[in-house]
Amino acid sequence: MTAEAAETQTAKAEGPQTPNLVTYDRDPSEYRHWSYAVDGEIATLTLKVDEDGGIRPGYTLKLNSYDLGVDIELNDALNRIRFEHPSVKAAVLTSGLDRMFCAGANIYMLGQSTHGWKVNFCKFTNETRNGMEDSSKHSGLKFLAACNGTTAGGGYELALACDEIVLIDDRSSAVSLPEVPLLGVLPGTGGLTRVTDKRKVRRDLADVFCTSEEGVRGRKAKEWRLVDDLAPKQGFEEKVRARAKALAATSIRPDAAEGVALTRVARTIRDDGYSYPFVDVTLDEAARVVTLTVKGPADAPPADADAIRARGMGFWPLQMARELEDAILMLRTNHEGFGVWHLKTEGDAEKVLAYDAALTAHKDSDWFVRETVGLLRRTLQRLDVTSRSLFALIDEGSCFAGTLFEIALAADRSYMLDLPDDPDAAPAVALSAMNFGPLQGVDERTRLASRFYDDADRLADLEARTGETMKAEAAEEAGLVTFIPDDLDWQDEIRIATEERASLSPDALTGMEANLRFPTKETMLTRVFGRLSAWQNWIFIRPNAVGEKGALKLFGSGSKADFDWKRV
Amino acid sequence: MAINYQERIPNNVNLSTDRALQRALEHWQPHFLDWWKSLGPEGFQASDVYLRTATSVDAKGWATFGHVKMPDYRWGIFLADQEKDRTIGFGDEYGKPVWQEVPGEHRAALRNLIVTQGDTEPASVEQQRLLGQTCPSLYDLRNLFQVNVEEGRHLWAMVYLLHAYFGRQGREEAEELLHRHSGDPDNPRILGTFNEPIDDWLSFFMFTYFTDRDGKYQLKSLAESSFDPLARTCQFMLTEEAHHMFVGETGIGRIIKRALEVMKELNTDDPQAIRKAGAIDLPLLQRYVNFWFSSCMDLFGSEKSSNAATYFAAGLKGRPDEATFEDHILKDASYDLTVPANEVGVTIESVPARNAMNEMVRQAYIKDCMIGVTRWNRLIKKAGVDFEITLPSSRFRRAVGPWAGHHTDPQGNPISAEAFEAHKAEWLPTEADRIYVKSLMKQVIEPGKMAAWIAPPDRGIDSKPVDYEYVKLH
Repeated sequence: MTAEAAETQTAKAEGPQTPNLVTYDRDPSEYRHWSYAVDGEIATLTLKVDEDGGIRPGYTLKLNSYDLGVDIELNDALNRIRFEHPSVKAAVLTSGLDRMFCAGANIYMLGQSTHGWKVNFCKFTNETRNGMEDSSKHSGLKFLAACNGTTAGGGYELALACDEIVLIDDRSSAVSLPEVPLLGVLPGTGGLTRVTDKRKVRRDLADVFCTSEEGVRGRKAKEWRLVDDLAPKQGFEEKVRARAKALAATSIRPDAAEGVALTRVARTIRDDGYSYPFVDVTLDEAARVVTLTVKGPADAPPADADAIRARGMGFWPLQMARELEDAILMLRTNHEGFGVWHLKTEGDAEKVLAYDAALTAHKDSDWFVRETVGLLRRTLQRLDVTSRSLFALIDEGSCFAGTLFEIALAADRSYMLDLPDDPDAAPAVALSAMNFGPLQGVDERTRLASRFYDDADRLADLEARTGETMKAEAAEEAGLVTFIPDDLDWQDEIRIATEERASLSPDALTGMEANLRFPTKETMLTRVFGRLSAWQNWIFIRPNAVGEKGALKLFGSGSKADFDWKRV
Repeated sequence: MAINYQERIPNNVNLSTDRALQRALEHWQPHFLDWWKSLGPEGFQASDVYLRTATSVDAKGWATFGHVKMPDYRWGIFLADQEKDRTIGFGDEYGKPVWQEVPGEHRAALRNLIVTQGDTEPASVEQQRLLGQTCPSLYDLRNLFQVNVEEGRHLWAMVYLLHAYFGRQGREEAEELLHRHSGDPDNPRILGTFNEPIDDWLSFFMFTYFTDRDGKYQLKSLAESSFDPLARTCQFMLTEEAHHMFVGETGIGRIIKRALEVMKELNTDDPQAIRKAGAIDLPLLQRYVNFWFSSCMDLFGSEKSSNAATYFAAGLKGRPDEATFEDHILKDASYDLTVPANEVGVTIESVPARNAMNEMVRQAYIKDCMIGVTRWNRLIKKAGVDFEITLPSSRFRRAVGPWAGHHTDPQGNPISAEAFEAHKAEWLPTEADRIYVKSLMKQVIEPGKMAAWIAPPDRGIDSKPVDYEYVKLH
């Protein structure tokens, strides 16, 4: 964000340390910052931030700068285009302000936020942008950034998440990543990584770009590959329209299809957690442990794609995924102190596998099933990058099969109850086609491939065992679970492991878990998250940024940062 | 062929020995001339205009008069004399030696300040390019052109700094100053108000009185800069800026004088009767004052500004006449701002003084504006007319800062949007006002003759009589 974006702000001491519950569900009627309009195959999402509409008090959202609340609306609007407007093939992101596209994250908000709030904010905004790329790649929803003015910091990162960027050529408007020169931090939503990995800006030019607070405009911005195209103000809309049309022509979304209304997630908030029809969250305050239980379907899947669509948001995989997503986001934001999550499932594995079969049968031919799989994929990816210790508990009555087994695979470790004397009650796990392709993690491979280091033989063996019911011993032998305590040991094993885990340094755990979850293969997204959690988070807590004389702390005060010049 | 730089580009920056600067200016100058010919004053490029040219910075040289065709005007490059052992006068580096080169650390901010200032200079020439066709006298026509060529020279001054101190990027920015054009929807000037055409002479006088005075205060702030070449450049520009404000103050004064004459002749203060006689009534003038003054309030930026705080802390841009203040560091000082509260309330907000820099400059400007207003009112009082020109409150009609989006009356009292609408026609120029002013705009070019809505000046330029042929139209 630019210096101007920080004009006229009141920085107060209290930040969002003791938030009321932050919720992530929105309805367009409540939007204060974003709006969208659909015109045939093109949707236009317009950012016009309500300055006084911050999700927390104490800052003004000048110059289309954003906070968590602004991005929650974007996330909701994107989901509405995915589900309610299936024939939209290209979405144009633009600004409702004159000569200002977006100034990025609000600096006063960052300056007054706790470290945890900043990181959680960055994580969510990253996921929203990654989700745009996911939709472009997997379901043909293309994005065009129509930068009709200054495009700075997080504003440029939002543009970078689009397939193409058109910048207005008015001899003033520039794209920039001024975080380093202006704030002494790094761009927080993948800016550095996308400039190189996605846009392939030569690295010496990227070096110049990322240290210049005024950024690059006009022809040079195009020559350096920072934008795809330029247009003067009078030809801007026409150019944007033409490029959006061209992008739409590459889409696999249907020409004509009726959308499915995105109803509100049915969440009930209790004193000790929250519940949804297919997800339950129970908080154990004393132990700082969350039990997150996902319930399998109660019925057989609808017979065909039309019947599936008729279910709408009540289609079990979609409803479950939306509830799980909401629970993950709520827990991350509102319950930072709960360091261990117990991941459980409950229900009939056969029914889960039947639903998986339906997903597999229609995911390539039906837009609604494709979007459902997309939401499942992105929700499971949220689990992958959640900075909590995840233990899967596979016990009696569970249904870790197919799609739901991905939850166990996302966990840092898993415990499966072994009941050799009671085979009827013994829990089982099972694989389905959903474990072998459509639900890739952010490292662009399946969790099984990542788990077994892309060992093709082993993966082929497992794929051959699709549908097989594996009890504890078989599952352990196949490498699918970590431990298989029997019923005599179960409770103590779980309790001790949990207590031990909960006693370790939360910072060290976050770093260690992120290291181990994404072995061997780096992708743009693992680099985005990896660098965010390593470099950015380190910089975010260094005195050079947030000390009393740090650049981020002093921004806008008129005092200069007093750096410790030693390079580390 | 050797070029005599001193002859072609009068300067005191050793241009004849600075090859890098020569190269930069040789490239830029033809583009400047092209720009002047296509977007400078329209229809008078071949006229001989009695202009003042600066050929040196001393008392003798800064005002050399003679007839010259504007494209042949010798736009020079002058810095005020260097003050020996000058030290930084404000901010965190207070007391250290000033900088003769741009510190890398402040490159972007200084470039931004210079480009923004530089952009306004050609912008105003572009805004005023059609005014010559409706001039009220040759005397005024000449003054218009004097203002225009000096704005051109001020552009040169900023371009000099970009060329001499900012390397290749500076040269690119200097080019861009010629490529953005006032009112061009594709390539507008940086500041919004510099994209509005000035197509009547009442507005021109208002512009030179109010808007150029904003320029004066920006220059005064930059004249305090720790970057010595910028400070010295702005000091010299201020000597020329004074003439622009003289044009504004005397222009409005002569309009008032003419109105008073008509009122006396007809023994009336009825605006319609005064208009029938072809003069400009005082209530209309007041509405133009309200409009222009309030537009200028926004040019100073928001009352609370982090940019301004940064510029002050870093020693880049100070307060006008910084030496007259006691505290030059303002580390823990605060400043009380009057800000809106609720719908129609007012409250005091205490902010760090560095963040209130824009407001301090604005208040100094308002005080300076009052001087001319007092003189006008003296004229009115002397004529025995019961009318007083007033400046509206700095809260009135703001589009920038905490008062943006809040309606107030000209005294600054918060009012509802409905109340504002109901009184708008009393406070701000109406469509009828504009149509009337426009109807007066007829070219008068007979030496010594004045349009009916303006009195002649008390004296001519450079001791020449008022009926001197200041512009020889061919």
